[in-house]
Amino acid sequence: MKLVIAIIQPDKLEEVHHALVDEEILRITVSRCTGHGQAEDPDLYRGQEVKPSLLAKVRIEIAVNDDYVERAVSAIINGAKHNGGEIGDGKIFILPLEDCVRIRTGEHGGSAI
Amino acid sequence: MEMKRIVPALGLGLLLMSPATALGQDGAEAAAQIDTGTTAWMLVSTTLVLLMVPGLAMFYGGLVRTKNVLGTMMHSFAAMAIIGVIWAICGYAMCFGGSVGGWIGWDWDFVLLRGLDSGPGAYFGDDIVIPHLVFAMFQGKFAIITPALIAGAFAERVRFRGYCVFIALWSLLIYNPLCHWIWGGGFLTGEAIDFAGGTVIHISAGMAGLVCALYLGARRGYPKTAMHPNNLVMTMMGAGLLWVGWFGFNAGSSVSSGLQTAQALTVTQIAAATGALTWIIIEALHLKKATSLGLMSGILAGLVAITPAAGDVPPSGAIVLGVVGSLFCYGAVVLKGKLGYDDTLDVFGIHGIAGIVGAIGLTFLLRDGAGAEFATQLWYQVKGVGVSIIYAGVVTLILVVLVDKTVGLRLNDKDQMAGMDHALHGEHGFGLLNLN
Repeated sequence: MKLVIAIIQPDKLEEVHHALVDEEILRITVSRCTGHGQAEDPDLYRGQEVKPSLLAKVRIEIAVNDDYVERAVSAIINGAKHNGGEIGDGKIFILPLEDCVRIRTGEHGGSAI
Repeated sequence: MEMKRIVPALGLGLLLMSPATALGQDGAEAAAQIDTGTTAWMLVSTTLVLLMVPGLAMFYGGLVRTKNVLGTMMHSFAAMAIIGVIWAICGYAMCFGGSVGGWIGWDWDFVLLRGLDSGPGAYFGDDIVIPHLVFAMFQGKFAIITPALIAGAFAERVRFRGYCVFIALWSLLIYNPLCHWIWGGGFLTGEAIDFAGGTVIHISAGMAGLVCALYLGARRGYPKTAMHPNNLVMTMMGAGLLWVGWFGFNAGSSVSSGLQTAQALTVTQIAAATGALTWIIIEALHLKKATSLGLMSGILAGLVAITPAAGDVPPSGAIVLGVVGSLFCYGAVVLKGKLGYDDTLDVFGIHGIAGIVGAIGLTFLLRDGAGAEFATQLWYQVKGVGVSIIYAGVVTLILVVLVDKTVGLRLNDKDQMAGMDHALHGEHGFGLLNLN
């Protein structure tokens, strides 16, 4: 089992979500977060250009069985790219996942995912 | 009725003996006749109708997704800016200047409101005199809110520049002629009863919204993607402001401060309440839940339905219009979902439909002595509604195609995904809130 964590741009959430649904990956957790990589995205307030030191990002967490890892990763990559790939499109982290428990039944492991 | 006739006559008699008339200067006589009661109420009404525009901004702004809240509220506020200027330059002249063949008004003295500022033209009214500027500004608020209403039909998917050009042209080519035809001395004046703007405002805006929604197409992802309102609390506050502002809209349209003002105010209150109650009862029966957005929609349906009728139906008629308005609008909103077109915030479903219900329905509910003989009046009403639907529909289609092909109106998919706030205005409406 792996935990896939993707940090993407907020405007690409819809596309990534659809791409994941198309791969039958339906159980995801999404949260809004802020962070900073190489990208800049200035706002305008009363004519003053404001470059936020931290930008709004979206964090997607997906726990998957090993055979689903590549499908999840390629779906995220396909959905999250701007114009075939730009600075700021985001990153994907893949972590080993020790265990998974379904609260309702108490079952452990791959079948709980 | 006796009292009503005596009191103004007495007032006039006292005024004629006042020192101002003795000066014998131009305008001094008229100045002395200014009805301060009516003027005060019209000033308040003008302010109340303007208050409806930020109310509309909040109502619409709360209903769209988080990323489009500023872009949507900007539509209402931009109408205040754009139409506010056009109205002063030539809008008032086109609506209320002398009629050119019944088709359009024009008066060079009204351009930039020059003749209204001072001199004999500064006074308005035969029996009840108020400063002409008050009347012009009161009417200007109606011209502002009408194009702002349309914006709900194509919310979340238009470019700001294209929208600005569109509402400016729409105001010049559709609102101003319609307003002149029905209120300003044009060919429908004195025929169709349209007390405060069912035909001129709500039907024309509703029809324009429908045409725009059909031509521009649905938002990206509609109806597959769930699109939740970002803030129904703001929508409820906006609907509250609209209800309050509507007293200026309807009761102010009497351009007096007397019995008819009170009648208009009373039926406005009753129709709004009846509409709201009807809508939540329908929802409770149909969905087993009364929703806040349903109550807000019912308020609007009732208010729109009573608008053309406000001066001419008794309180019992207001209850009928409130009930029927909500019934028809509820049906129209359900039908929209089945037909699948994206009139995003139901401009046609609420304003168009309730406007038609009010304009036609009032014929059956008129108080004794109001309007012409039944069949004749019904024909006048149908004619007024028909003219508004056809004229607003056809010319809006021409305008929306023109603006979309030249300046560009539909927002591309990339900017729709990023949201209007950041893509078009370079801002964000809210701080760190949950996504929706």
